[in-house]
Amino acid sequence: MKMTGGQIICECLAREGVDIIFGFPGGAILPLYDTLPQFPQLHHVLVRHEQCAAHAAEGYARATGKVGVCFATSGPGATNLVTGIANAYLDSAPVVAITGQVARPFIGKDAFQEIDITGITLPITKHNYLALDTASLPRIVKEAFYLARTGRPGPVLIDVPRDVQIEQVEFHYPGKIVLPGYKPTLQGHPTQIKKAAELINKAQRPLILAGRGVIISNGFEELKALAEAGQIPVVTTLLGISSFPESHVLSYGMVGMHGMAYANMAVTGADLVIAVGMRFDDRATAKVSAFAPNAHIIHIDIDPAEIGKNVRVDVPIVGDVKAVLHALNKLVTSAKHMEWLHQLDDWRKEHPSTIIRDSEGLLPQLVVHKIYEVTRGEATICTGVGQNQMWAAQHYWYNRPNSLISSGGLGTMGFGLPASIGVKIGRPDIPVWCIDGDGSFQMTLHELATIGQEKVAVKIAILNNGYLGMVRQWQELFYQKRYVATPLFGPDFVKIAEAYDIAALRVEHKEEVEPAIEQAMAHDGPFLIDFRIEPEENVYPMVPPGASLAEVLELPKKETKVLANSSRRISNL
Amino acid sequence: MTTKHTLIALVEDRPGVLNRVASLFRRRGFNIESIAVGHSELPHLSRMTIVVDGANTMVEQVRKQLDKVIDVVKVSDITEEAIVARELALLKVKANSTTRSEIIQIVDIFRANIVDVATDSLTIEVTGDEDKIDSLYTLLRGFGIKEVARTGRIALTRGGAGPLYVEEKTKPPSGKTKAA
Ligand SMILES: Cc1ncc(C[n+]2csc(CCOP(=O)(O)OP(=O)(O)O)c2C)c(N)n1
Repeated sequence: MKMTGGQIICECLAREGVDIIFGFPGGAILPLYDTLPQFPQLHHVLVRHEQCAAHAAEGYARATGKVGVCFATSGPGATNLVTGIANAYLDSAPVVAITGQVARPFIGKDAFQEIDITGITLPITKHNYLALDTASLPRIVKEAFYLARTGRPGPVLIDVPRDVQIEQVEFHYPGKIVLPGYKPTLQGHPTQIKKAAELINKAQRPLILAGRGVIISNGFEELKALAEAGQIPVVTTLLGISSFPESHVLSYGMVGMHGMAYANMAVTGADLVIAVGMRFDDRATAKVSAFAPNAHIIHIDIDPAEIGKNVRVDVPIVGDVKAVLHALNKLVTSAKHMEWLHQLDDWRKEHPSTIIRDSEGLLPQLVVHKIYEVTRGEATICTGVGQNQMWAAQHYWYNRPNSLISSGGLGTMGFGLPASIGVKIGRPDIPVWCIDGDGSFQMTLHELATIGQEKVAVKIAILNNGYLGMVRQWQELFYQKRYVATPLFGPDFVKIAEAYDIAALRVEHKEEVEPAIEQAMAHDGPFLIDFRIEPEENVYPMVPPGASLAEVLELPKKETKVLANSSRRISNL
Repeated sequence: MTTKHTLIALVEDRPGVLNRVASLFRRRGFNIESIAVGHSELPHLSRMTIVVDGANTMVEQVRKQLDKVIDVVKVSDITEEAIVARELALLKVKANSTTRSEIIQIVDIFRANIVDVATDSLTIEVTGDEDKIDSLYTLLRGFGIKEVARTGRIALTRGGAGPLYVEEKTKPPSGKTKAA
C-alpha cells in the first residue's frame, strides 16, 4: 500500500503502541501533523516550549516504562528540544524525538529554519537519524524505538525532511531489526557473578549502593532479596531513590553531596560496596580518590563503558541488573552483620540528617514531610533543581518503586513541571506532586497553559524562598555571603495560576501547611500552592565541593530544637 | 604509563560515521594520533585504523565508548597481537643537480621510490612503519622538505582472519575448511 512519509511515521508509532505525543508544530513538520487526525489513537499534547515536550516525554517514559515521544519543527523547534534531549540522555530515559527538517533540495543551503540537528545532538543521543529516503522510515522508526528502550535506554532523534513527509512510497514494515553494531549484554558472566558472591559472602561490612538501573530494569524484588538474604544495608544515589523501600529496616537513605551523613559514613566504613545500576557520578561519590577507601567494589551495570570509568572496580559485572541480581542471589548465603548494622544505627542516632527544626518561619522540610504524610507516600514526586530537589529527596519517604522523578545528571532547572505533566498523563491513577523552587518554576511556568488545556491534575508545591536558593547557599558558605544574581523577584504565583484557570493557595504559616495540602488533594484537578518558606534556609548535610564523603557539613548543633524527624525509622530514635 | 595503541574499528559504511567517531574522541578528550579509513573485506563495512597514545585504562575507555556507537560493529585493540602495520608517505624534497644523486642513494637504501621529478624537487613514496618513515624524513630534512603527506597507520594481524570474517557462502561446502 502506498503511504506518505507522514502516514508511515504515524503508522509506525501506532504499531509501537504509542498513544501520547508531546509536541509543538511548525512549517517543516506540518505534513506530519496534518496526518495526525487519521490516527485517532495518537493523542497530541501541545506544550508551550519544545524543551518541555522532551521533558514531558521523559516524565511519561520514566513513569510508565514505555518510550516517550516528542515532535518539534526544524530550526528553533529542534534546538529548543536540545536541553530536554540532553536531560534524557544523562538520565538514561527512553525518548524518541521526531523533528521536521527543510526539504531535501534545501539541505546544506542554510535554508530558512535549517539547522543541523543530527550534528547538534550527536553527543546527547544514543543514536540519531536523518531520514533521507522515505522508504527507509519504517526501519528507522522501528530501530529508534528498539534502541531507545533496550540496553541502557536513551533518547533517539529522527530528523525528517519536509518532502520526505509528503512523498508517497510503498509501505513495508520490517519483520526484524538488523543492527550488527548493537548487542547489549543482559546476562552477567557466571564467573564474575561467582566472584561477586564470594566477596559478598565473606564481607563483614557490605553495603549496597543502588542507582536508577535498578528502577529501569525493574529489579526491585531482586534487590530486596539480596539485601534481606545477606542482611546488607542499602543506600542509594539520588536517581536510585525508590529502588528500595525507604521504610525498610535495611534502608539508610541517599548518599552524596546532600546525602544522609550516616549513608556517606557507611560508604566510607564499608569493606564491600555492591554498586548496582549506577555510574559513580561525582555528586554521589564526592572526591573520587577518597571514595569507599576501605572497600572492595562490585559494579553491576548494563553499560560496559561505565565500568572503571570513574572508580576502580574489583569485580565488574556487565548485564541487566534484574538478571544479574537474580543469578547472584542464588549464590549469596544468608548472613547477619549485626555489628555493622548496629554501627550504622549508632551513626544514624548521632547524625540525624532528617530532623526538622522547630522554627518560627515556614520550613521547606516540613512542607515536604507533610506532603508525604497527607499522600501517605502514594504520590510520585517530580522536582525542580536546587534546594527544593534535595529537600524533596531527603524528607519524603519513597516506599513505592519508581516514585521520584528528578533531573539527576543534567540538573535541569525547569524539569519538574513539564515532567510532572508527562508523569500524570502516563499514570493518571497516581497522585503527582511537583515540588519546585521559585527559580526552577519560572523557567517553565508557561506549561501551566498545557496543564490547563489538557486538564492535567498535577499538584504543584513551590518552595518559594525568593532566591536561587542552592546558588545562594554556595555563596553563603563559600563566597562570604556575596549574593550576586541570586535574589529573585517573582510574580504572585497564586494570581499566575488563577490566570491559567488553575486553583491556587498561598501558605505563609506552618499551621496552614497540612490543610492546604489536603485541600489540594481533595481538589479535582490541578492545584498550586505557593509556600513562602524561610528565605535563607540551607540544605544539610552537605559535602563541600572537592571534599570527600567523610567530610560532611551538618546542621549546626545549637540550632537543633527538633520539631519532627522525617527519618525512615523515626520510632528507633 | 602511556603506549601507542592500534585500534581497529569496523563501521557501517554510512554518512556521518566518521563524524560520530571523531566527535566521540573530541568530547571525551582522547587524542587521536592517526586515523585511516577505507573499505574492508566486507560489503557495507569500512575499516578504521586508529592510533591513540594513552594509558591502558584510558584506551580501554576509548574502546568501550567506540563500541557504544551504534554504527560501530566491532572494535578491537590489536596492540598486543602480532601485526603487520604500514604507513605510506609522500615527501617532496628540494633537489638540484648537486644534491639529486645523494637523495636517490638514500631513497634506495630505504627501498623507497621516486614518483615525480621536477627541476627543483623530487617526490618520494615510502611505505613502512612510522619509525622507518620518520628516519627517512630526518635524513632528507637537510635537503629541505617542501611538502609531506602521510596516511597514518593501517594494520592487519598476522595469520587468522578479520574479526567478522566468515567463509563465503557461495563456496561449495568442504569438510576441511572452517570459518575462523
Ligand atoms: C537551567 C539551569 N540553569 C542554572 C542552573 C544552576 N542552578 C542550580 S540550582 C540553582 C538555583 C535553583 O533555584 P530555585 O529553583 O529557586 O530552587 P531553590 O534552590 O531555591 O530551591 C541554579 C541557578 C541549573 N541547575 N539549571
